[in-house]
Amino acid sequence: MRRGGIVAAILLGAVLLACVIGPVLLPVDPDAILGPAWQPRSAAHVLGLDNLGRDMLARLLVGGRTSIGLALGATSLSFMLGIGAGFAAALAGGWVDHLLTRAFEILLAMPTLIFVLIILSVLGPSAATIILTLAVIDSTRVYRLARLLARDVLAQEYALQARLRGEGIPWMIGREILPNVARPLSAEAGLRFSFVFLLIAALAYLGLGLPPPLSDWGSMVRDNAPAIGLGNPAALYPAAAIALIAACVHAILDRLSFSERRRA
Amino acid sequence: MGGETRGNTRLVVRRLLFRLVLGLGTLIAASLLIFLCTELLPGDVAAAILGREATPETVAALHRSLDLDRPLAVRYLAWLGGVARGDLGQSLVNHRAIAESLWPRFTHTLLLAGATSLVAMPFALLAGYAGALWPGGWFDRLNSGIAVFSLSVPEFFTGYLLILIFAVKLHILPALAAVREDMTLGQKIPFLILPAATLTIVIFAHLFRMTRIALLDLLDAPYCEMAVLKGLPRGRIILSHVLPNAVAPLAYVVTLNLAHLVLGVIVVETIFGYPGLGQWMVDAVGKRDIPAIQAAGLVFAAVFVILNMVADCCVLLGNPRLGRS
Repeated sequence: MRRGGIVAAILLGAVLLACVIGPVLLPVDPDAILGPAWQPRSAAHVLGLDNLGRDMLARLLVGGRTSIGLALGATSLSFMLGIGAGFAAALAGGWVDHLLTRAFEILLAMPTLIFVLIILSVLGPSAATIILTLAVIDSTRVYRLARLLARDVLAQEYALQARLRGEGIPWMIGREILPNVARPLSAEAGLRFSFVFLLIAALAYLGLGLPPPLSDWGSMVRDNAPAIGLGNPAALYPAAAIALIAACVHAILDRLSFSERRRA
Repeated sequence: MGGETRGNTRLVVRRLLFRLVLGLGTLIAASLLIFLCTELLPGDVAAAILGREATPETVAALHRSLDLDRPLAVRYLAWLGGVARGDLGQSLVNHRAIAESLWPRFTHTLLLAGATSLVAMPFALLAGYAGALWPGGWFDRLNSGIAVFSLSVPEFFTGYLLILIFAVKLHILPALAAVREDMTLGQKIPFLILPAATLTIVIFAHLFRMTRIALLDLLDAPYCEMAVLKGLPRGRIILSHVLPNAVAPLAYVVTLNLAHLVLGVIVVETIFGYPGLGQWMVDAVGKRDIPAIQAAGLVFAAVFVILNMVADCCVLLGNPRLGRS
């Protein structure tokens, strides 16, 4: 398990690097049509060709950028929203806290996938709508954690003392709360990332991915799925890439929580 | 004693009622949010929905069918009233009543979810039981490994892999879940196996982990320590001391996972072309049939909210002491 975490970190790093420098690694145009649809694996095309006869590996490398980029964007925005609102609620207390908590609780009680499906089918999928919708819906989970953690810190003596000293909000957040909640929040960030990443893949698979010519791993599964019936595993490559990223993130988180427990 | 019990019962009843009201409120909030989603569109809703196909005539027709000329609050109440009477509106695509095509699909979804629970629940509960019995043993580690797999692997990977192996290579199961309404249950079963297996892997992780943790938590209770000191074997302790107390937490785990199952159905139905409500909704998403999407979303949201409510009520009923704190 412990070595698994390190292996996962190396694997994840390698995949990310490959996606970033992909074209240097594999000088094949991902948009060029190079042969018949779903041509099987060969020496020239390691993973074969896709539904339009484009090189599968080159498309995987490019698609990874969109998939991971969208998930990173949505997770960061959701953390900004969730932490901002959570800290504000904890610091303000009273009716602000009450109102914010109720509002987020209502959103939290909703089935995520259903709401994202409805909103995106109304708005139409684009990078902006996907990131914004997922960020707002996922920020509910971040809010709950950030508020609880901040409340815990604010109840400590050193935080009370800082308040009595008359420190302002920037100091309270930057010097008192954040240093004490950074660890649990970053573990949550990993978990949220993998959740959002899988959700974006599922949405794209269901037809709510970025419009062509952009493509991500979820849409690639969708486009290549018909070949499964012909015994061609093309759709499994992007699906496996999605699983690989999510599994690596989970394994790293397991490793972190393990060392956390040992320290305790 | 008697007075205290009666007071306690009253407290539990009050909590239950509160939870029911809260659930009802959540349902109304969900319906409002689903309804308001269409208002997210900038400018004229009808023109935005139609996009490139917007001509003055089609826009005016859509205005009429969506009732856009009336104020928002009136439209919402009319929609909600219709839903309460079982009228889910008209499809934008074929102009037929949505309720007619929705309910048969929904029964198919319930069939798939039910079949999956019959397989997955006992399996995962037993695995969780074994995990609590021998924590850290090989069986526990194996199941934990499967759980990590099931948390990370998207449904479509498992689904297509199963199709590739069992339908394309081995030819023992159908690749497409071409279930029809006029089939008997026995005829439907072969089509259900692969989708149900995929869904089982989807929900296994949570079920197994939550069961295991619930049982391990109870094993830490003082009365279990007492049983250990009495010299009872661990299996006996779990059977006669832990399980009776675990009914409420386990009922919670099961209902909560049923709620997740109903959502997992959407992707799995699409993979196998299973004619359930999930695939129907994805179809509507592809055609931008907004009233149909809203209707399906409302049914899914209602199932989700109600199951969550039932889960909380199980906890309340199973452990009256919660009412006191």
